[in-house]
Amino acid sequence: MKLHRLVIGAMALAAATAFAQQPVRIGGTLALTGPLAATGANHKVAGEIYVEELNKRGGLLGRKVEWVLKDDQSKPDLARTLYEQLITVDKVDLLIGPYATANIVAAVGVAQRYNKIIFHHTAGVPGLLKYDMQFPTGGLPADPEVSLPELVFDAVAHAPKPPKTVAIVTSKFPSVHFISVGARDVAKKRGLQEVTWLEWDFPNRDYGPIAARVKEANADFLFIGAIGVEGLLLLDALKKIDYTPPMHFHMFPAGGPMAKSPVAQHALALTTFEQHPPFTDNPVAAAFVKTYNERAAKAGLADTSVDLQAAASYATWQTLEAAVKGANSIDDKAMAAWLKKNHVDTIMGQLRWETANNYMPGARLYKVKQLQDGKWLVVWPPQFAAPGAKLLAP
Amino acid sequence: MPSAALLGQSLLSGIFIGALYGLLGLGLSLAWGLLGQINLAHFALAFLGAYLTYQLSAAGMDPLVTLVVIVPAFFLFGAALHWVLARFAVSAFNSLLVTFGLTVVIEAAIQWIWSADFRRLESHYADVRYRLGALYIPLPELITLALAIVLSLALWAALRHTDLGKAMRAAAEDASMAQAFGVNARALALLLSGISAALAGVAGLCIALSYTLAPSQIYAWVGVVFAVVMLGGLGNALGPLIAGFVIGVSEAITMALTAPSWAPLVSFSLLIALLVLRPEKL
Repeated sequence: MKLHRLVIGAMALAAATAFAQQPVRIGGTLALTGPLAATGANHKVAGEIYVEELNKRGGLLGRKVEWVLKDDQSKPDLARTLYEQLITVDKVDLLIGPYATANIVAAVGVAQRYNKIIFHHTAGVPGLLKYDMQFPTGGLPADPEVSLPELVFDAVAHAPKPPKTVAIVTSKFPSVHFISVGARDVAKKRGLQEVTWLEWDFPNRDYGPIAARVKEANADFLFIGAIGVEGLLLLDALKKIDYTPPMHFHMFPAGGPMAKSPVAQHALALTTFEQHPPFTDNPVAAAFVKTYNERAAKAGLADTSVDLQAAASYATWQTLEAAVKGANSIDDKAMAAWLKKNHVDTIMGQLRWETANNYMPGARLYKVKQLQDGKWLVVWPPQFAAPGAKLLAP
Repeated sequence: MPSAALLGQSLLSGIFIGALYGLLGLGLSLAWGLLGQINLAHFALAFLGAYLTYQLSAAGMDPLVTLVVIVPAFFLFGAALHWVLARFAVSAFNSLLVTFGLTVVIEAAIQWIWSADFRRLESHYADVRYRLGALYIPLPELITLALAIVLSLALWAALRHTDLGKAMRAAAEDASMAQAFGVNARALALLLSGISAALAGVAGLCIALSYTLAPSQIYAWVGVVFAVVMLGGLGNALGPLIAGFVIGVSEAITMALTAPSWAPLVSFSLLIALLVLRPEKL
């Protein structure tokens, strides 16, 4: 009898040890190919760094972490299929979201069907996400179409010569279009005269006629709802007809190509993190910036600096780690309950999930940055501005 | 009411983008019309040419001089591609599938070498523009226009007035009959396929001079250039350029006068109208 108990005990111990040695598998997709791949690559590098560091610290609940990453090719339909596959075939323990609104909406739908918690960083239309166990971690406000334009117009109102007229031009890429439409109302409420409103399809090949219309409107402030290099291509087209807008804002630009282009000088954009103080005063952020700069260069990325995208990815992983540790479990419901009652300090600032759809109230984590002499520097609000930096405008 | 300057600048913009459509469509149209190959990889080759221009220019070569390397290399690639397709007797429809596969391979290779990140050729040409009254003419676009006109006219003249060109057209019309008259149809097909790929390399230079590069942009040109090729007539060397101007100017004027997002409707509306009204022209 004694021997029998010993054998059972040994078997239980062996099973428990084997379980403890199994990694926590975190599944997700990214746009590694397709039109969103340039940004997807930033998220991949950031995620790889985090998982590596996390495993050096002992992983989650004493288990190593494995990131099961698949390529959704920038396609929402494929993202949906791959998340199904991650849950049903790969049997991952936790889900982390893909890049950009449409793919995130697709992934969240799958997570909801299987009652899985999902963390995501870059969904720009909060109204599309109602599931209570989806946790946005990019710091986007619950009302980006109001809060973000408010922030931008606040910034330019403090320019040496505040604008009186505005031209709002936008790509029809879902999130930037949605926010640009909101910007029209915000501008009107602030008494700014809208002299032009233009929309173009994403992607667009010819910016010449749009540039000609922007030049003719000659607004004090050009608000460009652009993603990737769209804003840069418009600036190029403006330069070709010898026009430089007095002040120009680009919503979610590809920071690297813009930083290298002389036509983009003094461009304004949104951010949650830039690699300068006060952001890098946080030692975790400083260490991440150093590693990211090296790894991004090694990965052959043209832009190796940490900005909104890479920081959002890092913050997502920070949130996931905090939720597992806080709940002391990888149970989806336990983690969601913990996040609802707690906040998480990330390299971008403090994340909380206190609105109905778990988004942040107000644009607390967002800032306005400006391209000055080839470097992106936060210029607004003043308490987050790079040392000595202020908004420059003619 | 839009000003004359706005309309004039938009018209110029349409002519410039139309020239690029025409240049991209030229090689595609010749291969399709005279060889019976629907070469989807033409677009991928053009972007490969653009990336090579970017790379060679970054190494210190003038962007225009890169053609000395790119044109012969692409000619050989095009000839080799045709040799493979002919060796395995790939039909016109199957060539569409095979070259789509090749497109995916080239896209993956571009991403592997240059990453998915945006690449941008910074050249001195980008800073040069000429003024014509209230209008501006940028040098990169002017280069594209000049190349498109010169190459289209040269190929049109060669196909129409030289023995080689006549032999090519005869081989396209009836290969066995042409061979009976001593035309080496196989060699001519290799030559034509090489020229078509070399034209993709030239279009790549023009893309690199004016656009920021990303691997996935290969597909952004497929629809409109196919419309250009169909409108211009298969195997016609001047057709794609003229159709390119028609579509480019129509799109640009649409963008100048209405919502720019309506512009993409123009090319396909024109194509549908032609299909309905004059199907015998296609």
